Amino acid sequence: MKLPEEERRHTIVVLVDNEPGVLARVIGLFSGRGYNIESLTVAVVDKERGLSRINIVTSGTEFVIEQIKALLAKLVPVHRVQDLTVEGPHVERELALVKVSGDRERLIQALRLADFMHARLVDSMPGSFVFEVTGTSDELDAFIALIEPVEVSRAGVVAIGRGDTILMPDAARV
Amino acid sequence: MTAATTQTATTLDPQAMTGAQVVIQALVEQGVEVIFGYPGGAVLPLYDALFQQDRIRHVLVRHEQAAVHAAEGYARSTGKVGVVLVTSGPGATNAVTGLTDALMDSVPVVCLTGQVPTHMIGNDAFQEADTVGITRPCTKHNYLVKRAEDLAQVIHEAFHVARSGRPGPVVIDLPKNIQMAKAPYKGRDEVRHRTYHPKVEPDAARIEEAAELLAGAQRPIFYVGGGVVNAGPKACAMLTELVRATGYPITLTLMGLGAYPASDPQFIGMLGMHGTFEANMAMHDCDVMICIGARFDDRVTGRLDGFSPRSKKIHVDIDPSSINKNVAVDVPIVGDAEKTIAALMAAWQRRSNAVSREKIEPWWAQIREWQAKDSFRFRQDGRIIKPQTVIRRLWEATRERDVYVTTDVGQHQMWAAQHFRFDKPLRWMTSGGLGTMGYGFPAALGVQIAHPDATVLCISGDASFLMNMQEMSTAMQYRLPVKTFILNNSYMGMVRQWQDFFHGSRHAESYMDSLPDFVKLAEAFGAVGLRAETVDQLDAVIESALRADKPVIADIVVERAENVYPMIPGGAAHNEIKLSPEDEGRHEAISEEGMVLV
Repeated sequence: MKLPEEERRHTIVVLVDNEPGVLARVIGLFSGRGYNIESLTVAVVDKERGLSRINIVTSGTEFVIEQIKALLAKLVPVHRVQDLTVEGPHVERELALVKVSGDRERLIQALRLADFMHARLVDSMPGSFVFEVTGTSDELDAFIALIEPVEVSRAGVVAIGRGDTILMPDAARV
Repeated sequence: MTAATTQTATTLDPQAMTGAQVVIQALVEQGVEVIFGYPGGAVLPLYDALFQQDRIRHVLVRHEQAAVHAAEGYARSTGKVGVVLVTSGPGATNAVTGLTDALMDSVPVVCLTGQVPTHMIGNDAFQEADTVGITRPCTKHNYLVKRAEDLAQVIHEAFHVARSGRPGPVVIDLPKNIQMAKAPYKGRDEVRHRTYHPKVEPDAARIEEAAELLAGAQRPIFYVGGGVVNAGPKACAMLTELVRATGYPITLTLMGLGAYPASDPQFIGMLGMHGTFEANMAMHDCDVMICIGARFDDRVTGRLDGFSPRSKKIHVDIDPSSINKNVAVDVPIVGDAEKTIAALMAAWQRRSNAVSREKIEPWWAQIREWQAKDSFRFRQDGRIIKPQTVIRRLWEATRERDVYVTTDVGQHQMWAAQHFRFDKPLRWMTSGGLGTMGYGFPAALGVQIAHPDATVLCISGDASFLMNMQEMSTAMQYRLPVKTFILNNSYMGMVRQWQDFFHGSRHAESYMDSLPDFVKLAEAFGAVGLRAETVDQLDAVIESALRADKPVIADIVVERAENVYPMIPGGAAHNEIKLSPEDEGRHEAISEEGMVLV
């Protein structure tokens, strides 16, 4: 058998015990082996059971991705690993806060663009606006390219499987 | 509830135990008999609790690295979990090499480290180190216990993690105030493991696929590693049955030696960089390879694009991340070696009537042709002792004994692997993955602790031995009659060999100047020192060493220029193996790409 060379972007979700050091274990696994992290988000999703969900966007050859998943699954505080890119249809969203500054004319132009791209104005100051925009990473890229901001803060990708694809069926809400 | 807990329930009120007592109680319940350790400020409550009980023995080492290697030797010669106890800060950092060694070689070890009290963590307190941070990448898992009520749960879980799946080292960092606080006890059976459940049952469809491939093979080979040794003597016995039932050849990795009897005619020797010609050629030319409990390590595969190019590969491993890591395989099987071998045996037996032994006769004929090269050959002529002679004589002199062998790292290690022959598992302890000089002697102490009546040999080199020779003091204190044989060539031999081959024989810093007089060194510790300088002295030295009831250092002055053959140079494929110094044609062919490999 030959190793396939082509690199692909994968969205992987991981359900972990919410304990100190768990994120360091996940990140250490990537940095220690020179794997790439394009985006990473983490938040508690079940306070009662102490579970956090990590969304990772990474890219690699099929064999590197298999390695990443096997290594993640091996970590002791990990409950489930799901490769949404492989396991079926899913939805991905990202949120960004985008600051634009300039004269009145520039801001009005930004407001028009924002309206057209379904971004929300969440803060206005004399000479600067902050917009909130949600969408796929590509949609955010497009918005940011058009609006020429002075500062961008992106939340990273969150993802969820569609329909019957459920990360851990016996634990509701996660 | 086990007998041990019942007994303590009457002696210790579970409501009034300290953290330190909970730790000891949990260790007892986990079957721990011995701890290798070194005290210090942050573990004094634990040492106090150890002092006040008589169920667990403590062995005081002279350096924390040696504590971990001793625990490794104990674990690898018994199949049990080795236990280490060290203090915070330097105690923990000194243990790091041992922990990394145990991780690379899949050795089950639980290492308890002291830590400064929880309220001082992060304050750069005296002897504080971020132990869980430092040991995260060199352990299978680690814990910092911040609440006394978690203690018992954590200890039981740590043993479960260390010994199940692919075994490995686990660190438990114990702040001093947690050791002193009142803590509730929880029995082993009350602990539920929430997440860690390695897959042990092989997939039935994959087993059928594998058996089908095996049955149809014309040029098959079994390639077996330390995973089968880790799975236990029963797994090794079942492997032997399976291999014999097929009539196929088997090669073992450095870590796998002993998993299959070396004296069996189907065994074609160790493979890899310094393996036999026949094993490496058979790996290269086979049509079906079944790998069980090995990980296609770079010492074994050589150049990856030249590795066994025409074979279908079956890979059995308990660790899914070991499969398809270096080499893409056709039939991956995740499972415990024992269960998988049993399933393969059953699947084989259903087909065995249809398989004719004759079809592999040409393959065996080819292997016998390769074997005729006698690739481990050497010539003992003249009075200067050849290092290989020492190993052969040691093996012959101990054949009737209950013998265990540890080694350090370098040329002597390879000669030991080549010329000492192991018929049983758990008898061969060597640092394979990490290649830790200084492993052998403390590991031998751990082996001798576990097997007080056995003959324990430490085959070492002059450079390696110096790295942990302080443990002579430990050997004396506990009367551990380990027999150390130093193959003394006054060089870091393997470094010099690579300099000879790849760096124009410029021996940069590989000469061991100012070596001690090893005989006097032994005597300074109160041990027995012996020396052989010519071949006629060798047998008498071996005999006196084996007869001694004290630790022995035997300084064997060997041929200085000897190199290890055969050798697959870095960046070469199996069929580019160099058999002897006369094989110069291939010597020149080392690619620049190969030069960067270690």
